[in-house]
Amino acid sequence: MKKLECIVRPHKLEEVKGALEALGVLGMTVSEVRGVGRQKGHTEHYRGSEYTVDFLPKVKIEVIIPNETLQQAVEAVSKAAKTGKFGDGKIFVFSVEEVIRIRTGEVGAQAI
Amino acid sequence: MKSLQKESTRLGWAAFFMVLMAFMVTRPMFAQNAAPADPMKAIVDNSSAMRIGIDTVWVLVTAMLVFWMNAGFALVESGLCQAKNCTNILAKNFIVFAASTISFWVLGWGLMFGDGNGFIGLNGLWLVSGTDNSPALGEAYAAMNPFSTVKYEGVYSAINWTPVPLWAKFFFQLVFAGTAATIVSGAVAERIKFGAFLIFSFLLVAFIYPVTGHWIWGGGFLGSNNFRDFAGSSVVHSVGGWAALAGVIALGPRLGKYGKDGKINAIPGHSMTSAALGVLVLWLGWFGFNPGSTMSAGNGTAIAHILVNTNMAAATGALGALLTAWILLKKPDLSMILNGCLAGLVAITAPCAFVSIGSGAIIGLFGGALVVLAVLMFDRLKLDDPVGALSVHLVNGIWGTLALGLFYDNQVSTDIAALATGLTRSQQFMVQLKGVFWVGLFAFTASMVFWYLLKLTMGIRVSVDEEMEGLDVGEHGNRAYPDFVITGTTTISESRI
Repeated sequence: MKKLECIVRPHKLEEVKGALEALGVLGMTVSEVRGVGRQKGHTEHYRGSEYTVDFLPKVKIEVIIPNETLQQAVEAVSKAAKTGKFGDGKIFVFSVEEVIRIRTGEVGAQAI
Repeated sequence: MKSLQKESTRLGWAAFFMVLMAFMVTRPMFAQNAAPADPMKAIVDNSSAMRIGIDTVWVLVTAMLVFWMNAGFALVESGLCQAKNCTNILAKNFIVFAASTISFWVLGWGLMFGDGNGFIGLNGLWLVSGTDNSPALGEAYAAMNPFSTVKYEGVYSAINWTPVPLWAKFFFQLVFAGTAATIVSGAVAERIKFGAFLIFSFLLVAFIYPVTGHWIWGGGFLGSNNFRDFAGSSVVHSVGGWAALAGVIALGPRLGKYGKDGKINAIPGHSMTSAALGVLVLWLGWFGFNPGSTMSAGNGTAIAHILVNTNMAAATGALGALLTAWILLKKPDLSMILNGCLAGLVAITAPCAFVSIGSGAIIGLFGGALVVLAVLMFDRLKLDDPVGALSVHLVNGIWGTLALGLFYDNQVSTDIAALATGLTRSQQFMVQLKGVFWVGLFAFTASMVFWYLLKLTMGIRVSVDEEMEGLDVGEHGNRAYPDFVITGTTTISESRI
């Protein structure tokens, strides 16, 4: 089993979710995060003074998938989240040792 | 101040018809009752009571609108500050009217309106307890209620021109005093100790506000020497502004506002929604503030003129700030537009009954431009005012008071304010300028003394740690938004002094 940690633009969340669902991925965890990368920050103005916003808002999507779906899932997320400009985000892939469904005690792939 | 009518002819006709109608309505009653003592007297008394009732309703309803400006200030000031200080600002803006109520009742009213000398009231000082037979009118103001036969006897003769009961006068004046006190709250926000602010509010409304108020509205040396301020650009707004300026100087700027290299850092407010709604509440409230200052519903022409002038200046003030910000700062910053609307309202408060509608539009437009420049100027001077209270209330309070002279119209002043001075514009301007000077000198100096007394005794500024953490938790023990994750502004941490 693999875990994908996808950092994407906030307005791309729905598209990414749709793409994953199309692959049969039914569960995911989403957090609002802030980060800095090649996109860098930008300046905003308030009452005549400038201020920099270094950490830009992003959405982090965490999903666990069976090994065989990995390639398709990475492609689907990439396709859905891409605009071609700095700041599209990243996908981190981790190996997952075990998954346990708390309600039933099921383990492994069937617990995903 | 205001409305000593010279419209006795019109009132005469009105009186005639009211008596006629009252007679027709009440005739059957007299027919049934055996031998009424004096039917005409009963009718006149009824008409007098009716007139007093109408005026009292007008004064109290407009006073309620002004009371509601507390809600506007609470929304504006909390919106333009950071989320971590939101509970603190709301607490300040809430409690300040409670403090004002007690302060103005105990001493403020007496100092302001008690008969005394040119500088302070001396009679009926405490607890509004002086003799007073309101709604009876003073000798010169009989036309304000042509049915009244009783003459005023009491110790609050400076306000014996309005035909309403004493407690209506008190409440109307109280909400104005409360407005002056609430102005301070925004300027000193995000760093002042809650207790110090509360004590200063008591002192402001008990001593500072009523003294300058006595000079202008209480029979003191400014009002009786042709100085004019219809609804309080000076009495309310610039006095609040001077007190705020003294507080800003005594406190120093917020941490991180001004960098070591001279850089001015923005500390954005946390809710433009709240700020914009607050200004709409204030705009509405001002329709009580200025038109209500007639303190009588008797002259409809005056009320309509004053209301339209008020609205005009608010509109041109917003537009003036919008244009100025767009040109100077490249974007029409909403917070500046909001300040601009308030600037126009503050500026028209003194002259609304002394100038034409066209003049009102110019006064507001200029006020709106002025407020943007003033915000930039105060930042250059390192006078940190998170909500622009100094630019709105102090700068435009002064501007409005002077504008009364620059745009003075003797005809409008006769018909609308009924307080014409007969001076030329340049003469009136000089009178206004002197008034601005004396009010500023006293309000600023007295405020400075009180702020430094507080600073030396209890301290007025929260600790560095508390300021970084937010005053919500430090002063009040809880947050305004406990269920939300709030991210602090990044600029602040860099230059922790």
